[in-house]
Order: sequence, then structure tokens, then C-alpha cells
Amino acid sequence: MFKHWKQGLASTVVIATLVMPLTATAELTDGKLKIGVLSDMSGVYKALEGPGAVVAAKMAIEDFGGSVLDQPVEVISADHQNKPDIGASTAREWIDAEEVDMITALDNSSVALSVQGLANDKKIITMNTGAGTTALTEDQCTPYGIHYVYDTHALPVGTATAMVKNGGESWFFITADYAFGHSLRDNTGAVVESLGGEVVGNVNAPLSTNDFSSYLLQAQSSGADVICLANAGQDTVNAIKQANQFQIVQSGQKLAGMLVFITDVHSMGLDIAQGLQFTTAFVWNQNDEARAWSERFFERHGAMPTMVHAGVYSAVTNYLKAVEETGTDDSDTVRAKLGEMTLNDMFVKNGSILPNGTMLHDMYLVEVKKPSESESEWDLLRVVSKIPAEQAFIPLSESKCPLVN
Amino acid sequence: MSMQVILAQALLGLNVGVFYAMLSLGLAVIFGLLNIINFAHGAMYMLGAFIALIGYSLLEQWFGISLQIGFWASLLVAPVIVGILGVLIERLMLKRLYELDHIYGLLLTFGITLILQGLFANYFNVSGTPYPGQPEALSGVVNLGFMYFPTYRLFAIVFSLVVCFATWWVIEHTKLGSRLRAGVENPDLTQAFGLNVPLMVTLTFAFGAGLAGLAGVLAAPIYSVSPLMGADLIIVVFAVVVIGGMGSIMGAILSGLALGLVEGLTKVFYPPAASTVIFFLMVLVLLFRPAGLFGKEK
Repeated sequence: MFKHWKQGLASTVVIATLVMPLTATAELTDGKLKIGVLSDMSGVYKALEGPGAVVAAKMAIEDFGGSVLDQPVEVISADHQNKPDIGASTAREWIDAEEVDMITALDNSSVALSVQGLANDKKIITMNTGAGTTALTEDQCTPYGIHYVYDTHALPVGTATAMVKNGGESWFFITADYAFGHSLRDNTGAVVESLGGEVVGNVNAPLSTNDFSSYLLQAQSSGADVICLANAGQDTVNAIKQANQFQIVQSGQKLAGMLVFITDVHSMGLDIAQGLQFTTAFVWNQNDEARAWSERFFERHGAMPTMVHAGVYSAVTNYLKAVEETGTDDSDTVRAKLGEMTLNDMFVKNGSILPNGTMLHDMYLVEVKKPSESESEWDLLRVVSKIPAEQAFIPLSESKCPLVN
Repeated sequence: MSMQVILAQALLGLNVGVFYAMLSLGLAVIFGLLNIINFAHGAMYMLGAFIALIGYSLLEQWFGISLQIGFWASLLVAPVIVGILGVLIERLMLKRLYELDHIYGLLLTFGITLILQGLFANYFNVSGTPYPGQPEALSGVVNLGFMYFPTYRLFAIVFSLVVCFATWWVIEHTKLGSRLRAGVENPDLTQAFGLNVPLMVTLTFAFGAGLAGLAGVLAAPIYSVSPLMGADLIIVVFAVVVIGGMGSIMGAILSGLALGLVEGLTKVFYPPAASTVIFFLMVLVLLFRPAGLFGKEK
């Protein structure tokens, strides 16, 4: 009897210690969960992330039921104006005064790096869906920083490989003059050279350049096979439009858009953009699940989602799942859980988050359709090939992140 | 460096130069006749572009008027509207400041600029909205032998040059121009001869503003229409006016064109200096010829 009692007590203790952390801490530190969407709401990247990212985050929360662990989930948003100091001070205010639990979006690499660094000091998870620089998961990686959608390694792997193999051996770069552009140029150059191609020139253009004609003519006179646009958003659109004005493609050189979003293609029109190849993480009509979600998004936002919008939805959903499953909003616990999960939704299939923060997932090489092939206003892209996750992203064994190597 | 590259960049420089010339011309006219340093000039340029954009694509959506003002009509309508705004600014505000130091006019016009920019930034994308109304007749390219040059840009260059030199001719070689110059030289005496000097001053300001509006319409199809498009340009244009000589009409035109060329060629030979070369020249001119290349020492 005594023995039994002792065993019983022991097992009760064991069970209690197993269960207690779940039941006792199954509540949030401040009675609610708050997600911050920090993005460019008014500048060059507004269309590809901006207000659409807020819509995507809200959809994710609504689809999750509006609450987690019986506590409400809220979204707050702000404009970082592409300025790292504004981004960091907003994030600081959010964390200190608003008790934000996770920050997402963060397009613009300079802003992203400064906010990820700050969030690390404050032990807050960042799920970056908008910025490109690999520094986020390489030399400046943090235990709380997750890089979710694409990076400047994944982009050139598909596009540059395809173009070099099709005879585009010499490359000239028009580079956005900040962290993202430089990172993209260096990584693309490395891919080109590893395949036997050559980089023949580079010119740095400031962010939000209005008139690319001078740079385009320099690229033209270099005689390079490929003119590579290591920029994004409105800059890419302007450059491609002006290249068309000066008939650069018609005279035989190819344009490579390293980071192109469906909103850019829509804004340029198929006449100008047709045939352009680029790499993306998401095509809204790639399968039924993606199409169904995208149409819901379209109803609320008035434009089809970019890969970044879809990424915000997926990131927020998976963050909420991790909070629910661990029963806490403690960043270390939630981050550990996110690292164990296999991610599956309309955006990602069999995705996983590495210790350095990279979210491993397949990417797609796509081509802009000809006007005759397009069936609707937003039917703009054709998937050329799938780039497997292991090829697209830097393998953990080669990572320069101090957390892993 | 091949000749072809230099020619191509020079032509692009000229393309920029005509906008400098048109804007600095308006500034010089206003400064010459009114002694006002008009900081709102960039905002007038921005306004011209926005009037073209709104007239082309937003009249129905915003005001329920089913009317589309095309590019050619905008070349007339936008300067007139901007000119009327100029009249209001001069009559209601600037007029009260003529007795005071230059700096008050400068501060007032700077304030107007910030208000207009803020207003448009509230409704439009800061990074720019494309102007869709470029006429079919001006699309495509012209083969100049050394390069393919967009027809529209060529049109903008020729059109601006005509406007600039016509303005100069009117001011220097017509009766109207000579009266204007007399009004500047000695307003009291001119008034005594029965000329309505205050009216002349108002119309001059309206004309200068309208010129900036016209430049805005011309710029709309080349650059995106953005609330900050004038702010980006106005500082350079002030430097152009200083180099040309405050108040000198021909000086403003020629230095505008020349500095556009210099900037274009700097992009070929040493790209990082392209955005600062004009200011470097301005410093040199101020040190060695403070009245500007074409200005008269007073």
C-alpha cells in the first residue's frame, strides 16, 4: 500500500511537472498577443508589401479565429519610410510601450538589419518577409530573426543560372545603392562567375531613381549580353520601362530583373514585360489552394498578392500555431517550436526554419506571359521550373552565421 | 570612351538641361522683375504635372466629370491653372511683403511649397505615379545614327527650347518687354507715365509660375509624377540661376542648358560626382564672379 502510495505520488509529480508548464503558463504575458507590421507604406515598396501586408496579417488572424489561448490577437502597423532610424525607433516603441510580441514585413534590407538587431537585444521574434539581404541569416543572424520569403542568394540561383545557360555570358549590373542592392549584385556576380560567365561592369544608382536612361546607356555601350537590374519595386519598373523607350532589348541585349514582383509586371503591362524571367516564391494561380486564398485577398486589397503578401499570411499563421502549441508567447520557446515544425500551407510546402533563421522552401523560375497567352488581368506569369529548397538557399554547412558554425 | 557614348550622354544631359533652363528662366524673370526669391517654383512645376495627370485619368473618378484632358490640351490648361494660382499667391500674400527683406518672401514661398507637397503626398504615392497620356504620335524612337532616342524626349527638348527663346525675345525685343524692364528699373517713374505697374508685377509672377507648370506637364511622361519631383529639382535650379546670374534671362537659359550637358558628361567620366558637379561650379562662380556669369554687378 505504502509502496503503491509512493509510486502514485511519484507518478503524480511526474505528470504534474509534465503538464504544469503547459497549464500554468498557458497565457500570454500581457493578456494579449500583438503583431507589428512594419513596412514601407508610402514609398517605392508600397505596392509589393505596404498596406497589403497589413491585410494579409489580419486575414491570418481572422482565419485563426481572432484569438490564441483564449486571448485576443491584435495587429498594429507603421511606415518605416525606408529609413533604418525610423524603423528602429518605431520597433523600440512597439516593444517597450506596446508590448508587441512579433514583428513582420520589414521590407528594405537596411531597415530589416537594424530592426532585427534591436529585436534581438529585446528578445523579440522578427519574421522578415520583405527584405532580401542574406546578411539577416549570415553574419548578422540572431536567435530570434527568421527570414521567410526570399533572399539575395535564392533570387539569382534560378534567374542567373537560366540566363547564363542560354548564352548570356557577360553581365553588366545596375545596382540599387544600399545594403540590398550590393548584396544582390555580389551574390548574382558569384553565380554568374561560377557558371563561367563574366561581370563586365557595374553602376550604382540611388534608391528611387527617376531616370535610369544614363545608366542604361552605359550598360548598353558596355556590350554586355545581359543587363542585370539589382534593384526592386518602382526602380525596377522605371528601369525596364526606360530600357523599352530606348529599345535596348530590341537591339539584342537581355534584361534580367533580379527581384520582380507580380505588382511590377502588372504596372508595366505585358507589352513591355513579356518574356522577362525572374525568380519568385509564390504565384497566385499556381494551384487551387493558392488561387482560393489569393482571390479572397484580392477582394480585400484590390490587387493580387505578391510573394511577400502571401509570406506575411503564412508567417503570422505559423507563429500563432507555435504560440498555441507551446501555450506561451515566450520568444525562446516559440522560436524553438517554429524550428521543429514542418510548414505547410498555401504559400509553402514542407518548409522548415533553420537555426540561422532561413526558412527553407522551394522557389520558382517564372516567365512573363505574352499578351496573347494571358487570360485575365492578373494572369501574368508562367512557371518555367521549380528550384528545390536545397539549391535555392545557402546550406547550413556553408553558413557564416555564428550561431551554427 | 567612344564618341557614340559621349554624344548619347550629352543628348541626355541636354534633355535634363532644358528642364533646368525652363525652370531657371521662370525664377530669373520673377527675381528680375519682382525681386522675389520664389521657393515655390518647384511646387508649381509639380503642380503642372499633377494637373496633367488628374486631367487625364482622375476627373471622372474624383469629380464625376466624364471629361479627359489629353496631353496637348494639358500643355495649355495646366500653365493657365498654375498661373491663376500664381496670381492668387501674389495678390493675397506676396504683395504684403514687398516692403520687407527678401528673406520674408523666401520663407513664405517655402511654406507654400511644404503645404502643397504635403497635400499631394496625402493623396498620391511619394515614389511617383506614371503619366499614361503620352500621345501616340510621340511614342517610339528616332534613330539618330549614334543612338536610338525616344521621340517624346526629342519633342520635349525642341519644345522647351522654343519656349525659352521666345520668352527671351519677348522680354528683350518687344514693347511689352521694354515696359516690364522699365517697371523694374524705376517703378515710380513708370507709374507716372500711366503704366499699371502692380498689374504688370502680378502678370509677371503668373507667367513665371505658368512656365514652371508647363515644364511640369512636359516632364510628366518622362519622369513619374510625384509630390517631391519639384523639391528634387529646385535646389539644382537655384544653383543654375546663381551661376547664370540672378535676374539675367539669357544667363538662366544658357546656364541651364550648359549645366545639363556638364551633368550628363560627368555621368560618363566620373559618375559619383554627377549630382554634385553643379554645386562645385556654383562655388567657383560665387568666389570669382559673384554676380554670376551673365549678371551685372550692382
